[in-house]
Amino acid sequence: MGMDRRFFLKIAGWSGLGLNGIVKAVTNDENIATEVPKRLAMVIDMRKCREQKDCKDCMLACHRVHNVPEIKNTKHEIKWIWKEPFENAFPSQNHEYISNQEKSTPSIILCNHCDNPPCVSVCPTQATFRRDKDGIVMMDFHRCIGCRYCMVACPYGSRSFNWEEAKPYIKEINFKFPVRTKGVVEKCNFCAERIAKNQIPACVEACKEKAIIFGDLMDPDSEVRKVLSANDTIRRKPHLHTLPNVYYIM
Amino acid sequence: MIEYALRGTKKYWTLIFTLLAVIVIGFVAYLYQLREGLSITGMSRDVSWGLYIAQFTFLVGVAASAVMVVLPYYLHNYKEFGKLTILGEFLAVSSVVMCGLFIFVDIGQPSRVLNIILYPSPSSVFFWDFASLGGYLLLNIIIGWKTLDSERKDIAPPKWIKPLIYISIPWAISIHTVTAFIYSGLGARSFWFTAIMAPRFLASAFAAGPALLILLTLIVRKVSNFDPGKAAIQTLAKIVTYAIIINVFFVLLEIFTVFYSGIEEHIQHFKYLFVGLHGKSNLVPFMWVSVVLAITAIILLINPRTRKRENLLIFACIAVFVSIWIEKGLGMVVTGFIPSPLDEITQYMPTFPEILITIGVYGIGLLVLSILYKIVISIREQKA
Repeated sequence: MGMDRRFFLKIAGWSGLGLNGIVKAVTNDENIATEVPKRLAMVIDMRKCREQKDCKDCMLACHRVHNVPEIKNTKHEIKWIWKEPFENAFPSQNHEYISNQEKSTPSIILCNHCDNPPCVSVCPTQATFRRDKDGIVMMDFHRCIGCRYCMVACPYGSRSFNWEEAKPYIKEINFKFPVRTKGVVEKCNFCAERIAKNQIPACVEACKEKAIIFGDLMDPDSEVRKVLSANDTIRRKPHLHTLPNVYYIM
Repeated sequence: MIEYALRGTKKYWTLIFTLLAVIVIGFVAYLYQLREGLSITGMSRDVSWGLYIAQFTFLVGVAASAVMVVLPYYLHNYKEFGKLTILGEFLAVSSVVMCGLFIFVDIGQPSRVLNIILYPSPSSVFFWDFASLGGYLLLNIIIGWKTLDSERKDIAPPKWIKPLIYISIPWAISIHTVTAFIYSGLGARSFWFTAIMAPRFLASAFAAGPALLILLTLIVRKVSNFDPGKAAIQTLAKIVTYAIIINVFFVLLEIFTVFYSGIEEHIQHFKYLFVGLHGKSNLVPFMWVSVVLAITAIILLINPRTRKRENLLIFACIAVFVSIWIEKGLGMVVTGFIPSPLDEITQYMPTFPEILITIGVYGIGLLVLSILYKIVISIREQKA
């Protein structure tokens, strides 16, 4: 029979209450219902990061696997994960007498995968959306119309637009990940494509200092939860109530 | 009725072909943008919206201002505006057409523009803006066309047109309110994050729109035997006067809140606009021109003797229009991005092709306007 499961469910659902019991029995929905959604998060330990001042391992790894072009013109730059001076990354937390070590080491910044992402609500096509099962804020490169409203709404400057064709600026193309066309917005995807294969994000894997900790906030035994309860952490622009999922140990 | 647009004097055809030439140049520039991407514009990672979206915002205001002739005529039975409503409605039509085109040329993937309809997203203000602008365009086309057709046939307009006209009044307010919401609902952009954005938009719209309408009616009067009447022009001028004063008042309210509270995040943008920030001051000269023009216009408009002198009125209307164009079509959008959320000051300067495309879109708007106004003029001349 050429009827797939989803279609069968639809028909069955509409067919009325009588079929309800049968549908439940057939589809065995309990597994789906009991699966608790994850909330993936990252803790960046800037103490460890400072040890290796010139290290760029996380950025290189990320930009390599995701075909992020290396565009020299800062106006057209594409960035998924990069370094930014403390006063730029945390403008409201900066002050005149800030400790030298905080000031001298740029912070690693990336998309915060907010629980309350303004980029998602402004998107007129749902090309950017928050994935229910783990909270990753994703991009559909094929649906994005390139209106850049998300870039305007993001308080962290985490989004980049392909002002020009990216291909000439990619040294070695990874054919397992799409190369973006010009005219669409992109950003860090928390390595959704690697998580699907039970791998950890490329930046986490690349960090020799183990300065980036990644895991599920809903799991009380996860490493992120342990690190968060054992250390003082801050988030970027917390007053905006975007609820970032990237935490920093300064 | 469209046949009236196909018969005209040499002057009319010169205008049409000049506009067509401008449009062709703009279109060629657009093809270049289509091939190269938006990299050919002055926009950047930090300043992600520029001239196009600013023009869109400004023109939504011009479109909304039609209500300033429609409302007194239909709600207060102010007869002097009877001949002007159609000009206001057709100005709204051409403005909304330009609004749509400015959004279109700003989009990175124009071939996917229908995704807005295929995946409607009510959580996005864009969704409501497209809905309200689309509805407004339709309302004005139907109302304008039908009333003009009735005028031509010397019959009363159909009864069903009245409710549409009444709906079009709050609808006009809604298009500019929703357009303000595109900006004022974003915690990320402190410059726009103000509840007075929508009232400011409306005040500036009701100054710039009627000012333009005065200029247009005077042109129409010059090229045809249609006379809007002194009283109508003077009433419009009073509307402009109130609106520009209210607009300046609203700007001062903002300046008080921003500077007295002393919140640096909010102050920076105003500094960038009026004195420059860390030596970056591209917009400063423009903004002061805007201020001087607004003050000059207020002085000329507030005094009945100067307002009634047509030459000075024309000058005041141009001053109002240019002042608000600078404020909204140049300063308002770009300054929201300066400094950026990462406290970076990246300035914006539109490029040559970007300006050509912008002029091209204005060309299309003027073409639509010329054709519609030509039909109105011909019908009225025929009857006179």
